[in-house]
Amino acid sequence: MFLINCPYCGERDQQEFKAGGEAHIERPKQPTELSDDEWAEYLFMRKNIKGVQFERWNHAHGCRKWFNMVRDTSNDEIKAIYKMGEKPPAQ
Amino acid sequence: MTKNLRVKSSEYIDETNRISFKFNGKTYHGFKGDTLASALLANNVHLVGRSFKYHRPRGIMTSGSEEPNAIVQINPGTNRTEPNVRATEVEIYDGLEASSQNCWPSVEFDIGGINNFLSPFFPAGFYYKTFMWPASFWEKYEFFIRHSAGLGKSPTLNDPDIYDHRNIHCDVLVVGAGISGILAAKNAAKNNFKTLLVDEKNEIGGSTIYENNEFNKIDNKAPSEWLKKEIEELKNIKNLEIKTRTSVAAYHQYNYLLARENLTDHLETKDKINKIRQRLLKIRAKKVILATGALERPLIFNNNDRPGIMLSSAIKKYSEFYGVVCGSKNVFFTNNDSAYESALSLYNKGINVEAIIDIRKQSESKIVKKVKEAGINIYWSHTIVDTAGYKRLNTVSIMKLSNDGTSVTGNKIFISCDCLGVAGGWTPAVHLYTQSGNKLKFDEEKKVFLPNQNSSEQISVGSCGGDFKIDEIIKNLNQKLKDTLNIKETDLDNIKIEIDQENSKRNIWLLPSDKPLGKTKPFVDYQNDATAKDIKLALREGFRSIEHVKRYTTTGMGTDQGKLGNMHALGIIADTAGVKMGELGTTTFRPPYTPLTFGTIVGRNVGKFFDIFRRTPMNDWHVENKAEFENVGQWKRAWYYPINGETMHQAVQRESKAARESAGILDASTLGKIDIQGSDASEFLNRVYTNAWSKLAIGRCRYGLMLNEDGMVYDDGVTTRLGENHYIMTTTTGGAANVLGKLEDYLQTEWPELDVYLTSVTDHYATASLCGPNSKKILKKIIPDLDLSDENFPHMSFKEINIGNIECRIMRISFTGEQSYEINVQASYGKSLWEKCIEAGKEFNITPYGTETMHLLRAEKGFIIVGQDTDGTMTPIDLQMDWIVSKKKYDFIGKRSLYRSDTMKEDRKQLVGLVTDDPNTVLEEGAQIVSELNQSPVEMLGHVTSSYFSPNLNKSIALAVVRGGKNMMGKKLFVPMENKNINVTVANPVFYDEKNERLNA
Ligand SMILES: [Zn+2]
Repeated sequence: MFLINCPYCGERDQQEFKAGGEAHIERPKQPTELSDDEWAEYLFMRKNIKGVQFERWNHAHGCRKWFNMVRDTSNDEIKAIYKMGEKPPAQ
Repeated sequence: MTKNLRVKSSEYIDETNRISFKFNGKTYHGFKGDTLASALLANNVHLVGRSFKYHRPRGIMTSGSEEPNAIVQINPGTNRTEPNVRATEVEIYDGLEASSQNCWPSVEFDIGGINNFLSPFFPAGFYYKTFMWPASFWEKYEFFIRHSAGLGKSPTLNDPDIYDHRNIHCDVLVVGAGISGILAAKNAAKNNFKTLLVDEKNEIGGSTIYENNEFNKIDNKAPSEWLKKEIEELKNIKNLEIKTRTSVAAYHQYNYLLARENLTDHLETKDKINKIRQRLLKIRAKKVILATGALERPLIFNNNDRPGIMLSSAIKKYSEFYGVVCGSKNVFFTNNDSAYESALSLYNKGINVEAIIDIRKQSESKIVKKVKEAGINIYWSHTIVDTAGYKRLNTVSIMKLSNDGTSVTGNKIFISCDCLGVAGGWTPAVHLYTQSGNKLKFDEEKKVFLPNQNSSEQISVGSCGGDFKIDEIIKNLNQKLKDTLNIKETDLDNIKIEIDQENSKRNIWLLPSDKPLGKTKPFVDYQNDATAKDIKLALREGFRSIEHVKRYTTTGMGTDQGKLGNMHALGIIADTAGVKMGELGTTTFRPPYTPLTFGTIVGRNVGKFFDIFRRTPMNDWHVENKAEFENVGQWKRAWYYPINGETMHQAVQRESKAARESAGILDASTLGKIDIQGSDASEFLNRVYTNAWSKLAIGRCRYGLMLNEDGMVYDDGVTTRLGENHYIMTTTTGGAANVLGKLEDYLQTEWPELDVYLTSVTDHYATASLCGPNSKKILKKIIPDLDLSDENFPHMSFKEINIGNIECRIMRISFTGEQSYEINVQASYGKSLWEKCIEAGKEFNITPYGTETMHLLRAEKGFIIVGQDTDGTMTPIDLQMDWIVSKKKYDFIGKRSLYRSDTMKEDRKQLVGLVTDDPNTVLEEGAQIVSELNQSPVEMLGHVTSSYFSPNLNKSIALAVVRGGKNMMGKKLFVPMENKNINVTVANPVFYDEKNERLNA
């Protein structure tokens, strides 16, 4: 049960949040220009890292805002939280 | 043979309050303050249960939550019965009944006991090896196993008690109220930390409050006296809350802990009523101080499990705390000084101590000298090689240990006794520490696993942190408190401590016998009857990982999770395999630390609070008019309205005919409604729906289909343009929350440049859908001022108007193919709107219809229901809805996926209509469809998704998804059922009014 520091609301229990998969996968601006393989890469391929991972989270039962989280999946340490559109912290 | 073994008056036992209770049907007496275990021991009852596999007689071994043997069923046969309760934790009250488990017909004579004599045939892995073959015999084996085994009986009656959950936030949580926990909590609270101290027992103080070693002193006082003064002072400290009878079950990340607070289990039945029985505390602590203490280990020797064989520390607690002696002829067996304290405790009360058998070569500590002076026999370098006494220990036989401790020599000496205290050293209770995700390290000198680290959020203090002597405990506790709480001074800075320094021990994990191992029974896990022999067998058979050995031998897999024997199991594996214990690691300690009741876990979420349900504003009318309801997501929706004892089929047929012939009315309030505003609202809709939205005029409605990015249909609904920058979107009932979530996701993360705001207004509006050829006339009666002509208010358009002073939004849209009006009002007016419609519709025989009729009517029109006719693998093209997919739009969610090679395949499953050759045969939804009958195996082409008997067409109709179905129009297929094959023909999915003439009729 993480304690997540929503950038808009502050510390809240994990129950209020929904995980939204890998972060920083931008939707292609011109999907029709892409080959099947390139589109499939965007659509299906996701990392599943043991270690530091960049993730999207949503404060679903709170402010409904999406934000990014850097989490070490091996010990669930939350290393950083930052808003959508902000640059990920340097490693 | 009930004889009273109460020898000392104890301040924790109220001898003026005599309590009567029953065990196995027989009445006994104890006192307020007794546990079931202490009261039974006072009555000289040791035999309390049978072991799981061999049904060996077993007695009380411990005085705490680690008890493996004395497991009982509380109040059997009543609505408050509970299995697998540790007798050492049950506080007795008048009227308590308890019974042994695992035995039939009685604990004294148990049929399963024969397993004990058959035990050569029950080695480790016996169940895995034997009962798995042949597979078809499993049912017979299962019958046998279930009748001869079992841990108690689960309750069959409704639980009458109330359970509760509570969230707690504190600065410091201290787990365990022994001397370390009390001092930690006191100093934290005094330094303005909001502190919570919890302990599983009913009294705080741990083992120190009955400490009797005269050679240990704190500030020149006996530790017990000193601690009682400290406890007294706690009352005056602010910021400190103490919860007793509260057991921490789980320690999750980020200092989130679950604890069970027991509030009424110790009360008489009449005092339990209408009170909260147990409360689950959900604790979020800034800092956690673990002071969970240590558990004494037994020693592993031949037949070490007989009733009367107990932990030495338990004998001391029963004697000092409860005033009960466990035997009249006592022997101790030890590898350290602890047993000498217990022996002296008995000796000082005039109880016989026959001998102490010590595997060490010698000890020079003061307490050992004191025992020698008392004239108690000490057998140095000796071990017990066997014990005797079936239902109660009567003899131990001992022999001299060889120098290396692996064998025995010399003559066998027999010592007659009725109680044996074993002391194998202390194991820090690191369970919670490891649950929190931290790793252990093995201390070679102390032969224990210890917490590898303390952090600013969590420390382990006292014996759970590896400090066993009072001077070490205080010194290290003081430093850890200062570090973690960031404080300069504590109460502990100037404490003077004297202790009996000598504390040698000799560790032998498996003690030898004069018999070969194969002929002995040295139990490692008492509850699951796993012996050292089983563990060695597992190693011989090639198991190496500790987790595998555990599962193969079931060591540590009982309800006690092997709290007593896990270290021995590891030690025996390490010795046998020739590896170091530190390298072996431990098995995982999983929550809960002690079992939780289901009641505690679910709290108040039972009965009607089990799941949330939502009701529409018209619900009361539906109930009054005898509607049957169905669950749609969390909603309770009117399903159909039977009259005069109609069956569901009859009601639905009547409702469906009425809606097409005159007028029907449906409660559509549950449809999801999302208010969309902003200067980019039109562009936003263009991107989320497959069709184009820019040109939709204000006051007009349009049906939209929403895809996932993979091209599969996700949701559908009608969206209305209320103004230049204002739309209202409807979604499916079940999809509302997810659609809003998905739209927010795109807005916030992919298209933050769009000026669009989304608000869920599902609960703000109530919706009545008027449908049928007379719907216009009814609406006219309700709102005479509104021009309902097709010119002014055509199909797929919208009007905003008042009924009296109630604002209405009316959409002329249709999900049935009939002329329909969806009237939306503020939710609180929903029922009065509905009643107005019913009243106005009376002359037209207006018929309320439920979801089943709605489904039937739309199926006649071939309209899909997302989630029924689609399953996340259907594209709009598969649904034959190419018309709604814009070719002109550059992009929308899912567009690119419609051109993937897979989604363009001709032989995908596609939506078609099916007509049965026999018009009266109604297909079953979910039935499989094939093209060949005499082929095996036969390819399943698809399945029936919707099927009804249409009263308006007077024949059976169905929708189905069929591989390559689009090109099968008119083809004969088969639906094979259990007893017959049904012949069907592929048809156009629009069965009724193909030209949509009725919309404007
Ligand atoms: Zn938030």
